[in-house]
Amino acid sequence: MTRFAPRTLAFVLVLLSACFALAPSWRAGAQVKVGAVSCLTGELSTFGVSSIQGARLAVDGLNGNGGLLGQKLELLVEDNGSKAGEAATIARKLLTQDHVVAILGDLTSSATMEVAPLAQAAGVPLLTPTATGEEITRIGDYIFRSCFLNSFSGQAMARFALDRFNATRAVVLTDVKQDYSVGLAAVIKAYFQGHGGKDLLELSFSSGDTDFRAQLTRARAFRPDVIFVPAYYPEAGLILRQARQLEIKSRFVGGEGWDSPTLLQVAGKSADGTYYVNHFSAANPKPDVQAFVHAYRQRYGTAPDALAALWYDGARLVADAISRAGSTDPKKIRDALAATTNFPGVTGSISMDANRNASKPGVVLTIEDGQVRMVEDVNP
Amino acid sequence: MSRARLILGVFLLFLLVLSLAVEGVLATTFAYYYDVLITIGINVILAVSLNLVNGYTGQFSLGHAGFMAVGAYAAASWSNHLDPVVAGVLGGMGNPAATNVCLVVSMLVGGLLAALAGLLVGIPSLRLRGDYLAIVTLGFGEIIRTAILNTDFLGAARGLSVRGNYTNLFWTYGLAGICVYTVLSLVNSTYGRGFLTVRDDEVAAEAMGINTTRYKVAAFVIAAFFAGIAGALYAHFKAFITPEGFNFFRSVDVVVMVILGGMGSTLGVILAAALLTILPEILRALAHTSFMPPAFQGLLENRLIAYSLLLIVLMLTRPEGLFGDPSAVRRRFIRTRPK
Repeated sequence: MTRFAPRTLAFVLVLLSACFALAPSWRAGAQVKVGAVSCLTGELSTFGVSSIQGARLAVDGLNGNGGLLGQKLELLVEDNGSKAGEAATIARKLLTQDHVVAILGDLTSSATMEVAPLAQAAGVPLLTPTATGEEITRIGDYIFRSCFLNSFSGQAMARFALDRFNATRAVVLTDVKQDYSVGLAAVIKAYFQGHGGKDLLELSFSSGDTDFRAQLTRARAFRPDVIFVPAYYPEAGLILRQARQLEIKSRFVGGEGWDSPTLLQVAGKSADGTYYVNHFSAANPKPDVQAFVHAYRQRYGTAPDALAALWYDGARLVADAISRAGSTDPKKIRDALAATTNFPGVTGSISMDANRNASKPGVVLTIEDGQVRMVEDVNP
Repeated sequence: MSRARLILGVFLLFLLVLSLAVEGVLATTFAYYYDVLITIGINVILAVSLNLVNGYTGQFSLGHAGFMAVGAYAAASWSNHLDPVVAGVLGGMGNPAATNVCLVVSMLVGGLLAALAGLLVGIPSLRLRGDYLAIVTLGFGEIIRTAILNTDFLGAARGLSVRGNYTNLFWTYGLAGICVYTVLSLVNSTYGRGFLTVRDDEVAAEAMGINTTRYKVAAFVIAAFFAGIAGALYAHFKAFITPEGFNFFRSVDVVVMVILGGMGSTLGVILAAALLTILPEILRALAHTSFMPPAFQGLLENRLIAYSLLLIVLMLTRPEGLFGDPSAVRRRFIRTRPK
């Protein structure tokens, strides 16, 4: 085995490249093609898998009901491996090889920032169901977003703390490594101080940290009414647990980054009595939400998380725009997407504003005895 | 030596003609293949330059992504702030001459800053050997990434949008050619024998009066310069960079290319860089073809598993790498050196 010649290897390389060059043309045509980019493998795969499961459920449901414009809707799912640079490669593939009529994705803001300029230049509409970076929809008039922004959830968190607990002293624990966390913290700070909050202490950590006692000890000494933790669930779970160990009595309020069963496992009883703002609640009693939860559970065996719900809505929103446009012309689909008003999604009623961002409600959830319960709707 | 220079000249000329002829069509109609081609070029620069340190000089650096990050961010910030000035002299943005000059200037800025970073890290740390050096370079890469994460001017965790899509075939492959030429002529020169001596036996080299640290620093700085250039090309191609794109795993990717290609074999490393760039894309294409039985499709959808499996098979069948010298591996790992 050790003696196969370099020339053979070079030959194999050429052969493989030829395969690669020809492969995309093997796909059958005569469908409405929509591309989907997400992170199915790598660091963020749990998010990515949920998102694609949601989108697939929507597309299969649609095809079961006769499809779109008399054709099947085909979702071309591509994996960016949670790696920088891959999303741009995929976008070029979807746009020039597969000739998709619209793109769904990407999941994270940084990956979407790679895809969006290419979609804009090609004149193909892009809808991201989950990327919250403010600058994304500023790239151009073909770029849409179907989730609410940091500015909405940050305000909702601060408003909830001010109204419900009459909070005047607050601590914000920011994850400086996450764009999401930094952006959210800035909004919370501005809203809290602008609407009756008196003192606010900012503390920070980096994702991957496991010991937060130093920050929490400082927070305890500050005696806040409320502690905002605009972080993702791995750190948020540990923070809640260590806060309980340090006997901190303040209320904890988080954002949609908390939404994971892992948080409940990590924090255990310490999570009881905490609140967070989210896109979606599987406990929402509305019939369409329950129908979605049921269908999702039947197919995948678990309750849908917010990512699955957002991508489910995102895929249906794109399909709705294509059917309203009555055509697969990307320009017409763009116009139809921009004209979206009161689309009945499982994450609430969605309308596109002038900046192509969704205006939609959120929910405040609380954790009691390890169970997530819905507290109230938050309207924009 | 002059023959090598002639080959390089012909290659660059050929590239220029090719670039002028097909660049336009390739970049628009076949943008996907174009993307893969450019990525291969960038990876070739990274792998060939790292091979100078890890292959020819026998050191173990795990910080190549760090130097790439320095180059990418330096070039990006230079372009974002100073390109209008540079382009203004040459008749405004968008003019092809201005685009190319802007690219070259920002690449030089990126490369030189990365080389400076290489010098700063190299001088104190290259007195270390083997595993210790690996840890220092690993640490350096992480420091760069964390520093960028905490610098608001560079976009921090948000990432940085880069002005212009300057990168083109000519400069990517031209620089890959220059990188290969530089490494090969260095190693084959009288001066360059020093690199090989350091690799083969550091103690003996020192006994012969060779300043091993100086050789190591030289290799390190040259490799860092080209990594910086690769970073600049990357930044101007993808037009968006994040600190996470230059993490430890990015360094490992390049190390894998060097090891798979065969440490100290430039041809092998070039082929490995091409192979490891194309392979995930082939797997991507295969995952979607309707010819595949569903069980295979499931496996291929998890491309990383298939990719890792192929790496394992390759390493088991050719531990010295595709083009490496089998005897070199035997000498290093299976101690049969006669006493």
